Amino acid sequence: MTTRVAVLKGGRSLERQVSLASGARVADALERLGHDVVSIDVGSDLVAALREARPDVAFIALHGRGGEDGTVQELLEVLGIPYTGSDVHGCMRCSDKVLTKLALRDGGLPTPEWVALGEVAFQDLGAADALANVAERLGFPLVVKPVSQGSALGVKFAHTAEQLPTALVAALAYGSRVLLERHVAVRELAVSMVCGDHGARVEALPIVEAVPRGAAYDFEARYEIGQTDFVCPAALEPAVAEHVRAIALAAWELLGARGFARADMILGEDGPTVLEVNPIPGLTETSLLPQAADAAGMGFDEVVDRVLADALSRSAGASVG
Amino acid sequence: MSERRPPRSSAHELERYAGLFASRTRVMRSSAMRDLMAVTVRPEVISLAGGLPDTSTFDPALFKELVGRMPSAAALQYGPSEGLQGVRDAIVSVMAAEDMAVDPDEVIVTTGGQQAIDLVTKTLIDPGDVVIAEAPTYPGAVPTFCAYEADVIQIDVDSDGMRIDALEQTLAALDAAGRRPKFIYTIPNFQNPAGVTMSLERRLALVEIARERELIVLEDNPYGMLRYEGEALPTLRSLEAPGPTDENDFVIYTGTMSKILSPGVRVGWLVAPRPLLAKLVLGKQSTDLCSSSLAQHFVSEYFASGDWRPYVASLCELYHRRRDVMLDALAEHLPAAATWTRPHGGLFIWVTLPDYIGTSDLLARALAENVAFVPGEAAFADGRGQHSMRLNFSSSTDENIREGVRRIGKIVAEQVALYGTLTGRPSGAPAAGGGETTEATPDAPAAPAAEPQAPGEGLASVLQLPRRGALGGRRSREA
Repeated sequence: MTTRVAVLKGGRSLERQVSLASGARVADALERLGHDVVSIDVGSDLVAALREARPDVAFIALHGRGGEDGTVQELLEVLGIPYTGSDVHGCMRCSDKVLTKLALRDGGLPTPEWVALGEVAFQDLGAADALANVAERLGFPLVVKPVSQGSALGVKFAHTAEQLPTALVAALAYGSRVLLERHVAVRELAVSMVCGDHGARVEALPIVEAVPRGAAYDFEARYEIGQTDFVCPAALEPAVAEHVRAIALAAWELLGARGFARADMILGEDGPTVLEVNPIPGLTETSLLPQAADAAGMGFDEVVDRVLADALSRSAGASVG
Repeated sequence: MSERRPPRSSAHELERYAGLFASRTRVMRSSAMRDLMAVTVRPEVISLAGGLPDTSTFDPALFKELVGRMPSAAALQYGPSEGLQGVRDAIVSVMAAEDMAVDPDEVIVTTGGQQAIDLVTKTLIDPGDVVIAEAPTYPGAVPTFCAYEADVIQIDVDSDGMRIDALEQTLAALDAAGRRPKFIYTIPNFQNPAGVTMSLERRLALVEIARERELIVLEDNPYGMLRYEGEALPTLRSLEAPGPTDENDFVIYTGTMSKILSPGVRVGWLVAPRPLLAKLVLGKQSTDLCSSSLAQHFVSEYFASGDWRPYVASLCELYHRRRDVMLDALAEHLPAAATWTRPHGGLFIWVTLPDYIGTSDLLARALAENVAFVPGEAAFADGRGQHSMRLNFSSSTDENIREGVRRIGKIVAEQVALYGTLTGRPSGAPAAGGGETTEATPDAPAAPAAEPQAPGEGLASVLQLPRRGALGGRRSREA
């Protein structure tokens, strides 16, 4: 069946460049699948562009603010245009790291201990005086992250109390709230998940592990180019891998993800914990979800096909505006 | 609808290509900062980030006339690798205006000044060879040096340009290690990005060092003609070879039409000691055979059409005013803890913030306010510059310069206040020592810096948004 698909890409988020690459790949795949594709670089004329394009469905290939936080999803619902991926609530829960962690904790899933603080707390409520308590409770090294920045942008480490203010200033450049998390990195894993064919159950793909090069455990060097290898499937005991994937799938259910998602996890001495779930994972040539799909023998086109079918199956009966 | 193509297996494809890449491409990567820069092109963003001249000042009628006069057959044909005679003659006249006497046959026309840097690096650098550059240096030169796997050592600049004492120390240290740099890269006039100008004393010292040690100096002079105050200083080239018969042994000079006519024509040039010249021409042939004939004929017609200097003078007048607007706006809007350079010409002002503010992170906040700048780390191969930013004043209107600087001032003030709150040292009151500075030092390692972006999560983003060190395959060392 030929479907008219609007691929939403680009936008104003800090991850614009990645989104343009993801969107271009998705558009290519959709065309190969025989669909009628119109690509839209999302801007202030989005509604007009959608009205003119009159798509049957929108494939959201946006990353970051506005694209995967429920904003564009809400707009598409207003316009009556079905869309791929998680719904408004799912996106909101996934894109806000605090909401994610609260949901995970309430649902009994493991996630590293954390404290969340807003700029207002520092400015108006004297939260700086409580930083020592935070540090005491969580212990160093601490990871400081913007609460609602999807990518690694703005993520800082503080090894000592003296480094904390600088890390907070940097993370708060990306948004008004920060998450302080105990750093428990032992092995870093990513579990990509794709919905099954035509409404079948979600499937967890082979696990990707970020492995630092060289013998020495150098925490900073791991993230320098050429210092990290991405191994898929990760070398894990089958039972451990199964456990990791089961937790990722439980997080999917708990957060209400749809279509596709990627859970970023840590495998520590006490077992796996979930750091976050990305509702619109990167879809570029070098992104992890396509690599994981490939390791599972699933081509990129099939991923796109499944995610599109999921969107259309949800929309049965919805009007198209 | 496009033609159907068979589906590809992405990861296997990627792996196959990855196996094909030369090892030097490992350093040819994007960076988080570069990805952020993609957002700056949106129309609602006031971009003080580009290095753009204002081409709207060029008379459209003259443009049409020049295009109409271009000889079609020749303009559409290949040309000599060294460049068209008319362009080389024009270059001789431009260099004469800066008191340099050259023969047209000493000149190679290049595809912009960028190709000149690339050709010199390609011709002189083996992997691991040392290139000495200024700290900060032209952000576009850093990836070129790294692509040829040079070991880049950066020498601090102050208000008098490259610190020759630091250069001498570095050369001595290299000597002791049995190494010598292949060349020293410098922008003596209104340096990009710092805006500073090398003093006459230091120019003389640098030429002397080059002579004594038989070291090549690559003198990059794109902005020399854009002087808004003070007296012009002699180029390194003219200091080494003051008379028309003097031989030029160690200075390779590069210039460009980009700032005096148009960057769109992509016409730059190289003047080099003769033994080097032949190799450079061979290098150019293997790159692009010749620079665009179409563009060169345009340049040639332009210089034949009359005196080129009044247009440069009009640019100077315009940019001079915009520089002053920016300096005034900085004084009005930036918190006292910030310092900046006062360029006597060129296109850029270099602003340095307190050492607890990272400008790559600040750019995220700036983009939320629809204003952009170049974070300082782009001007370093070694991860320094994190607290500085480059601002361009030539390509924005007075109003946009004021508004852009106002927005930057606002977010910097917010971060200063936040840091004050976090450390219990409220800094609402202006601190001493702000404003225009005589220093252009990259940043002082004082406040305990948080580790630059290293994700504990976001694994895919590690691939999508490479970070620190992306350009530095080889870690360069501080002088």
